[in-house]
Amino acid sequence: MSFVSQFKSLASAKTRDLRHRSVIRTALRSYEVVRDKRKAAFQSWESARQAAAETKWEAINHLDEHLVALTAKLEARGTKVHWASNGAQAREIIAQILRDKKARCIIKSKAMTSEEIHLNDALEKEGFTVVESDLGEFIVQLRHEPPYHIVFPSMHLTRGEIKDLFQKELGDAPSDSPEELTMVARRVMRQKYITADVGFTGGNFAIAETGMISITENEGNARLTAALPKTMITLMGIEKVLPRFSDLALFLPMLATAGAGQPMTCYNTMYSGPRQPGESDGPEEWHVVLLDNRRTELLADAEQRDSLHCIRCGACLNVCPIFRNVGGHTYGTTYSGPVGAVITPHLRGLQEWKHLSNASSLCGACTEACPVKIDLHHHLLQNRRNASAGQPSFFEKLAYMIFGIVANEPAFWSLAKKIGWLTQPLQRAVKGSALDPAKAWTKTRDLPPQPLESFKDWWRNRK
Amino acid sequence: MTVTLFIPCFIDALFPRAGISMVEILERLGHTVVCPPEIACCGQPPFNSGYWDEARTIAAPVLEKLKDAEAVVIGSGSCGAMVKKFYPELFKNTPHAELAKQVAARTWEFSDFLVSKLGVTDLGAKFPHKVTFHDGCHGLRELGIKTAPRALLGNVGGLEFVEMKEESCCGFGGTFSAKFPMISTAMGEVKCAAATETGADFIVSNDSSCLMHIQGLLSRQGSPLKTIHLAEVLNQR
Amino acid sequence: MSEREKILGRIREALKVSAPLPGSHGDTSAVHTAAESPASHAREWLPSVGASEAEQFALFAKNAADLKADFQLFASRDDLKAALTKLRDAEKWSRVASHGGELADLACKALGLPVTITDRGYDVQEMEKCDAGITECDALIAQTGGVVVTSRSAGGRALSVLPPHHVVIARREQLVADLPAAFAMLQQKYADNYPSMISFITGPSRTGDIERILVLGAHGPKKLTVLCF
Repeated sequence: MSFVSQFKSLASAKTRDLRHRSVIRTALRSYEVVRDKRKAAFQSWESARQAAAETKWEAINHLDEHLVALTAKLEARGTKVHWASNGAQAREIIAQILRDKKARCIIKSKAMTSEEIHLNDALEKEGFTVVESDLGEFIVQLRHEPPYHIVFPSMHLTRGEIKDLFQKELGDAPSDSPEELTMVARRVMRQKYITADVGFTGGNFAIAETGMISITENEGNARLTAALPKTMITLMGIEKVLPRFSDLALFLPMLATAGAGQPMTCYNTMYSGPRQPGESDGPEEWHVVLLDNRRTELLADAEQRDSLHCIRCGACLNVCPIFRNVGGHTYGTTYSGPVGAVITPHLRGLQEWKHLSNASSLCGACTEACPVKIDLHHHLLQNRRNASAGQPSFFEKLAYMIFGIVANEPAFWSLAKKIGWLTQPLQRAVKGSALDPAKAWTKTRDLPPQPLESFKDWWRNRK
Repeated sequence: MTVTLFIPCFIDALFPRAGISMVEILERLGHTVVCPPEIACCGQPPFNSGYWDEARTIAAPVLEKLKDAEAVVIGSGSCGAMVKKFYPELFKNTPHAELAKQVAARTWEFSDFLVSKLGVTDLGAKFPHKVTFHDGCHGLRELGIKTAPRALLGNVGGLEFVEMKEESCCGFGGTFSAKFPMISTAMGEVKCAAATETGADFIVSNDSSCLMHIQGLLSRQGSPLKTIHLAEVLNQR
Repeated sequence: MSEREKILGRIREALKVSAPLPGSHGDTSAVHTAAESPASHAREWLPSVGASEAEQFALFAKNAADLKADFQLFASRDDLKAALTKLRDAEKWSRVASHGGELADLACKALGLPVTITDRGYDVQEMEKCDAGITECDALIAQTGGVVVTSRSAGGRALSVLPPHHVVIARREQLVADLPAAFAMLQQKYADNYPSMISFITGPSRTGDIERILVLGAHGPKKLTVLCF
């Protein structure tokens, strides 16, 4: 099945699943309440957005300089920096580190880039044990499914489902209380932090000025992942750069506000190297893997370059009416929602993934929500333009050509309206059936009745 | 002044009463209204689907016809956004680039024209019903129209206004409604539920295409809720 | 050619074409020549913070309470020591972990319990048995109700996150108004020799991953106590 057929099939199933729609709506409603409260607490959210957008512009439009500065500073303090042009290279770099260290168990904190390159599968195939420590990631790992949302991986599950899951996979689920279920995960993870050979993290921001990688989380699992194992590996997209240390004073509260309606996420931690002389713990070795994986292609599209400004807050997913009704898994790819619909055609192929850009009413809620002012919904339009230019659909192009002829010629337009009016009884007869050309509409909606006298008729008769 | 009224294709064919109301309102305010018979469509359907050459084929003659208009008023938020925001984009680096910018500068959506350009909010209308308002996304986000329709409805005699609890896209989205009908329908269901919850008798909007989709769902549901264009409400006396 | 050179090469090639500035409506001719960083005025846009120490402590206290962190401000170090022993008894601590430092020493002496000191390395399994981790901090931030710790000034990386109760001993002079002030202070204090870890801790560990219900103590400490004098 092609990606687009898969998408449509899943979308049909999910939009009919009223229970699922209700779970998502409830989750996102509670997010909206706190998000609005936190935005209102800013003296000027809009000024903050503009500054954040300009800062990211500076970061991305001087990306090579910042990456060179970042790398130099990291390497000066003992960090090993690796560069991966694609997922295969990144996987091999990481696997080789594990082999060199004779590692058996790797504990991970949340990293969407690791989803992007399908790291877990590759490592598990080679015999390594991979443990997801973030509660939401841990839950979906047990279910053998991908994360549902880039920030809230298990948003689609109820406490009852999680209780059943823990009972089945862990044999430990005293009740369905979120508190008790969380404590189960805490207990499971405890010794894993202490005994894991390698800790693996993602990165939210990379500071060029001071050579640091900043990690944002609520649970503390990333802090533990970066504290206890002897070897630490961080995988990060090259676009995560910020120019200055002080930029974090703006980005950390904005990420928390837009992403979760929190004033600050619980732990925001900046790492500048492996354990330094005089420090009492921390990894002896820190490997940072910088990932391109076609981000440079997106960079080359100057019109859509600002998509690389994304700080992966998830705000656009949360407000998107398509996301809310079909859910994260329907997209069938790592990055879902509006930002996923914009970048996936660039990262995975325009013609194979253009349907994500097509599956939108272009309402613009995403662009309005984006804390760094990415022009998301206009990029969807641009993807559509690029896709049709590259591979026009014969019938669609023909239909629009005919439409153009009819629209530009008053006589044809008038004729078309008359035909429309005359065939109404026929439309009513075939409504909703296989013969109905308007079936896509009439399956769930009534067509509006067409009056005999159009506006143009009335205007003409006035004279 | 002389107002060139651009009536969108679906209002012309399916909802002429909305267009007629706009003419009558503007004339009552003392303006001369012209409706160029050659303009049928703004070209948004091919534009939204990415067929920009075909969109330009439709839109270029539209620009030519509007070249000398003193003021262009468009009877829908989505077509208004097409001319005002997207024509300059569509015609960038073409011979029509400058004209597109000029026409855009002289174009308004109907309710925005009344309130922002003419400074009129009271049309002496009467519509003694409970209504709620659906903001078409293009009008709301591309043109920034939110207060104008509410200011106008606020002065309608006997009208009781109630806001929907949540704001969201109705799911029409042009060809989206036919290409992804299941998603379009789900979004429409959310909108209908929000509107029904207000207890209103009518859903009013400045975009007939949204209303066409919402009404299609309401009729199929057998709901007593009715839809009506803003201009028709403002023309009731 | 190394992958590094290939990637940097692709970036430089891509950047030969300019991208429009945000809010410039696609005009690529606007050249970005800001002398200061766009975020340098962040103080004017982030949530407001009062000017006086009293207002700032009040804000810190309110934020800490919202975060379900326990904050107490004392008139003297003796009052702080008394509160610490009360806490020890209420929580039934039998062993704690800490690091060397004037305030940390003060706290450990007051507690009179067996202590795992991290300074010259430690046994993780031993720390795992500790009821609380006692640390100093680099700053308290009024704007967020949060605490800044580093691997150099708070006994390493694990001490402030592994034990189930994190206790911070701070001086009132360590209060800074807002996030911009905190970052400026760190930059000035550590110049080019940063601790390998700097962490902004804003409340006890938490998660909302199950039905968005807030649960404390996901993996990090379930309790955070800040004692200040």
